[in-house]
Amino acid sequence: MNASLLQRLAAKPWLWAYLGALAIWLATIAFTEGRGGGDVLTAALSFATFSVIVAIGQMYVITLGPGNVDLSIPATITLAGAVSMKIMDGQDAMILPGLLIALGCGVGVGVGNYALIRLLRIPPIIATLSSSFIVLSAAISYSRGIRIKPPPMLADFTTWIVAGIPVLAVAAVVLTAIMSVVLHRTIYGRTVTALGQNARAARLAGLPVDRTRFATYVLCGAFAGLNGYLLSGFSGGAALNMGSEYLLASIAVVVIGGTSVAGGFANLPGLWGAAMLLFLLVTMLNTYGFGAGVRLVLTGLIIIGVITLAGGKRQAR
Amino acid sequence: MTQAFVARHIRIMLPTLALTVLLLAVFYMQPRAMSYLGLNLLLNLALPIAFATIAQMFVITVNELDLSIGAYVGFVACVGATWLRDDPLLGVAALAGGVLVYAALGALIHLRNLPSIVVTLGMSFVWLGLAILVLPTPGGKAPDWLRAVMTWKTPLLPFTIYASVALAVIVHLGLMRSAYGAVLRGVGGNPRSVERAGWSLLTAKMVMFGLAGLFGVFAGLALVGLTTSGDANIALRYTLLSIAGVILGGGEFTGGRISPIGAVIGAMTLTLAASFLSFLRLDPDWQIGAQGVILIVVLALRILINRTEARAS
Repeated sequence: MNASLLQRLAAKPWLWAYLGALAIWLATIAFTEGRGGGDVLTAALSFATFSVIVAIGQMYVITLGPGNVDLSIPATITLAGAVSMKIMDGQDAMILPGLLIALGCGVGVGVGNYALIRLLRIPPIIATLSSSFIVLSAAISYSRGIRIKPPPMLADFTTWIVAGIPVLAVAAVVLTAIMSVVLHRTIYGRTVTALGQNARAARLAGLPVDRTRFATYVLCGAFAGLNGYLLSGFSGGAALNMGSEYLLASIAVVVIGGTSVAGGFANLPGLWGAAMLLFLLVTMLNTYGFGAGVRLVLTGLIIIGVITLAGGKRQAR
Repeated sequence: MTQAFVARHIRIMLPTLALTVLLLAVFYMQPRAMSYLGLNLLLNLALPIAFATIAQMFVITVNELDLSIGAYVGFVACVGATWLRDDPLLGVAALAGGVLVYAALGALIHLRNLPSIVVTLGMSFVWLGLAILVLPTPGGKAPDWLRAVMTWKTPLLPFTIYASVALAVIVHLGLMRSAYGAVLRGVGGNPRSVERAGWSLLTAKMVMFGLAGLFGVFAGLALVGLTTSGDANIALRYTLLSIAGVILGGGEFTGGRISPIGAVIGAMTLTLAASFLSFLRLDPDWQIGAQGVILIVVLALRILINRTEARAS
């Protein structure tokens, strides 16, 4: 009986995100009288995919414990997008090297971030913020504002939709499942969670604290790099502001999805619910024809509302 | 004894040193900056940033973080450029409402045990939206009295410098020297013991968030007094600048370890860094990056100092 109660409690945090997304979708198609409901879902899945990819990395970082957050994700997305597009130069043959280079950019930023955090003992928020300035400058300097088209195969793959379901979204769901297994079933994942719950106890228990933190920031950078690569393919090339919306989105998706901001409790299924919720919210407010001001105010209030509903019980420990 | 003195004040010495070095570097490159007018041009945008940084510091003192301060300052600036001039009563009511909302957020975050990062993230949308509703396109005009205050030609040194010093001293006295200030810092250091000593954590959080709202109002008004017109996006970068300013000034994210004087100096350092970089004639592509490098260098120096501090104590 105890276990079932725990299970029910554990199931709660992410449920809210899905319920919210569903309610918003229903409210949208009620307004259009059922027209375009499927298209809205397809678009939501497409765009949620990109939020989820960066949010997985961000979630691992946040789970490390209080104060851990990666603010360099937007800059990394831009750098990886710009560099990989330039290297591939629109040639299909270069798709794989391009991917490796995008991932390499992300890994590089992750290594740099952790060097600042560990060697210079700079708080992660400030360390990743400072490094994001440098990374963004590198991206600006490297791309020089030239927009290079992605290789046709990459563009086709990232925009490929079968029966209303984006293939990229399916791939990202598989990726989410893999990362869920990594979090819950591997020693590395368990160490991340343990660190977030009690860093001191984890250290005293002899867990590899530094190695785990290092790996997590590198992982987060790599996911941002991957996102930059796919997003450039999806949107027809890299742009200097392509990452900017993912700063808030990555954090909001993680937290609305039911992951504890204090660390130690991660929730992967919730990421999809939260990412869909955020996209559907914007779509709904657009459908209703609100002006920019009202749209922003409602977005903010609904985010706070969801957090207030979902957050209170979870942290009553 | 000197060692103990150094250890105690070393936190404040680093930001001061960084500011001095930057100022000297600017003077070296551009000797004409070494005048009343030059200093005024270099530093006049520092005052709104200093107010925003102090607002952020209040929130950081109680172990929270405000990611909406930039949008809020923009909202205040928009109200300042419209309602405050056309209908002062409505303007003052809107600004007072902003402060009350901040205090209410403190209560909400405390009572429901919510992560402040997310609540304030949501609020940043709300403030931005409200700012757009108040002032849909950039424009408006600051009230004349505000303009007069911000362009006041004070003797010897520009107004910004006097105002910043006054700001630092007043907040220092209130938060570091007063009895209730110690309680407020204690909320960041050890909330449980503060609560057991009979103080209300709820009140403390509401006071600190309310103060953040109030100083956010000052920041917005100072900003609109300088720029004369408002824009909803005018201060979005203040969010990150204010956090960086607090940390640069020797504050820490947890434990109620903050320094009001350091925070003001940190804000001025960040403002000056931007001017310094434009004097360097650096490739514009690398200007943002250089700001990151300056942040890293100053913070790297701090580990050295923290080590000295640890050794001295």
